[in-house]
Amino acid sequence: MPPADAPLVEARGLARRYGPVHALRGVDLDLHPGEVLLLLGPNGAGKSTLLRSLAGLLRPQAGSVMIAGRRLSGDDPDARRPIGLLSHQSLLYDELTLLENLVLAGRLYDLPDPRGRAETVLARQALLERKDDRPRQLSRGMQQRAAIARALMHDPILLLLDEPFTGLDAVAGDRLRALLGELRTAERAMVIVTHHASEAWDLATRVGVLVGGRWGFLGPRPADLAAFHLTYQEVARG
Amino acid sequence: MGRALRHALAIAGKDLRMELRTRTSLLSAAVFAALVLMVFNFARDPTAVATVDLAPSILWVTVTFASVVAMNRAFTVERENGAFDGLLLAPVSRESLYLGKYLANLAFVLIVEAITLPLFVLFFNLDLGGALPGLLLTLLLATIGFVAVGTVFSAMVAKTRFAELMLPILLLPFMVPPLIFAVKTTVPLFAGRPLSDVLPGLRFLALYDVAFVTLSVLLFSAVVDE
Amino acid sequence: MTPDAARARSLMTRGVVLTVLALIGQAAVMLLAIQFTPVEARQGMAQKIFYVHVPAAVIALWVAVPLTAFAGLLYLWLHDPRLDRFAAASAEVATVLCGIVLATGPIWGKPIWGTWWTWDGRLTLTLFLFFLLLGYHTLRAAIRDPGDRARFSAVLGVMGLVLVPFIHLSVYLWRGLHPQPVVLKPSAPSLPPEMLRTLLSGFAVAFLLYVGFVTLRYGIQLARDAREAAHAG
Repeated sequence: MPPADAPLVEARGLARRYGPVHALRGVDLDLHPGEVLLLLGPNGAGKSTLLRSLAGLLRPQAGSVMIAGRRLSGDDPDARRPIGLLSHQSLLYDELTLLENLVLAGRLYDLPDPRGRAETVLARQALLERKDDRPRQLSRGMQQRAAIARALMHDPILLLLDEPFTGLDAVAGDRLRALLGELRTAERAMVIVTHHASEAWDLATRVGVLVGGRWGFLGPRPADLAAFHLTYQEVARG
Repeated sequence: MGRALRHALAIAGKDLRMELRTRTSLLSAAVFAALVLMVFNFARDPTAVATVDLAPSILWVTVTFASVVAMNRAFTVERENGAFDGLLLAPVSRESLYLGKYLANLAFVLIVEAITLPLFVLFFNLDLGGALPGLLLTLLLATIGFVAVGTVFSAMVAKTRFAELMLPILLLPFMVPPLIFAVKTTVPLFAGRPLSDVLPGLRFLALYDVAFVTLSVLLFSAVVDE
Repeated sequence: MTPDAARARSLMTRGVVLTVLALIGQAAVMLLAIQFTPVEARQGMAQKIFYVHVPAAVIALWVAVPLTAFAGLLYLWLHDPRLDRFAAASAEVATVLCGIVLATGPIWGKPIWGTWWTWDGRLTLTLFLFFLLLGYHTLRAAIRDPGDRARFSAVLGVMGLVLVPFIHLSVYLWRGLHPQPVVLKPSAPSLPPEMLRTLLSGFAVAFLLYVGFVTLRYGIQLARDAREAAHAG
């Protein structure tokens, strides 16, 4: 059992290439519970690759990722238990109802009462009355909420969000921001990948800018977003 | 161990539920089988070769092609909304994931076979008589093996552009030995010989099954883990 | 020029040299076969093709295909792209060798058996191997990501290798024969020394052809990868 102030995420020397393209060139990251990292960077800088590596969806070609003291590897499924992912895709099956989708997730995470938990989570997302509907029957905003419900089924303490505000209107975006604010607790850590820093600026405690597969900037979130824009331009120019 | 099985059954159950709702793959495969049987009927000269000699080959060829149609869906359904990531993220071992997909595929192919066999008996006017138990056993043993390989290959080809075409190209060579063993077993059975006469063929089928189910379970994580 | 590109060039040169030597050697073996080896009593001149056909089949089945499969298996363990490049190169050569076997088989068979094709155990096995290899190349061509391509090829390679004994078993069962070793036995129980000498020379040349051609194909792939890296980086 790692000590209370041990990092939730310990990534060392992550490197990953897709043929001739080096998406990550030796990235280190320590993330403690309670921290919210805002991950920025130009297109193709490696943000998604880093996120997916932290999620255990990509096996690093060099380096390692430890989550809550356990190394992520194909042989240790339980190391993935603390991880939750919210991407711009909903991860839902179109032919299953919302309830069925969530109960499936619950069973895969060995929850004691998948159905009860599913209904609770759906209720919190104001989707309980749509529980027997298929994802395609919902509006875009509702689909996003359904995806959130699925991601939160197992109450993950590491929440990874890959451009979650994409395609959301102002109301839905505010709603998501409010939810993330609620989810930001002392036990939970989050990594939010976004193209627009303003979307999640107030939530973040740290900011990282990936450029060409390496950190251009990694540190506490500055108070002033406008001032940070200058830093970002400099750093992104490489 | 129990947990792994529970995970596998949850995944298999999900696939079954989804397919039974749309029935697209099952129907396509069943219709395909019926069409193939019909074409075979018109393509042969009844005076030249006795039906009972040709029948096993016709049955097994039909089953082979219809099964490929049925197995295609296994991983293409996972691509919608990135759902497969959900399975990969979960604390579920890759072996359980494979087992779940495998069991679902096995069920689908067995359903298609259950539809094909009566049609086959009907179209070709056969009297199976005592051959039925042996035939069912052969069908089961052959299916267990090639579905194992098909499950791995459908995971691979799901990422390619021409998945429906790639799967048969890769899988058919692997279906030939079970097909040959099965035909070799079925011919004597149709001729009324007892099950004890065809044990060698059944043993080869079992050997193929052990080899390829094991290999498939071991190699599956290499396919799905990037 | 980057180090990889330079290495690729040197490999290609070496590969071309070896291949050319092997082809010259092949011509020499043919000469040996026609002029300096006794004509086989029953089969006549057609039997001469045996000195090309048999070595090609043996190198394909016992060298090229197993090496492709084992290189793939090692790749799954070590993830070294060089292993994948080698596996692909070896598979290409195996395909060519199988093509040679399938082309020379009928040339040998027609005068002797009267038909262009027979479902002879050896030829059928080679035909299967040919289709497996075509599937291998088709799969590689259909996948863009190099990591996926390497892993999937490796899986197919290992599965294919395990399939070979089952094909052998099923083909012999199908023909109603007891499984026999597919290792080529000469058509006569014991070969006179001149025939043996020519056959062994044939093996040596076929092996040289394998080495040369693999080196060349490996070099070409390395050059291609180096060029892509230069464009991307």
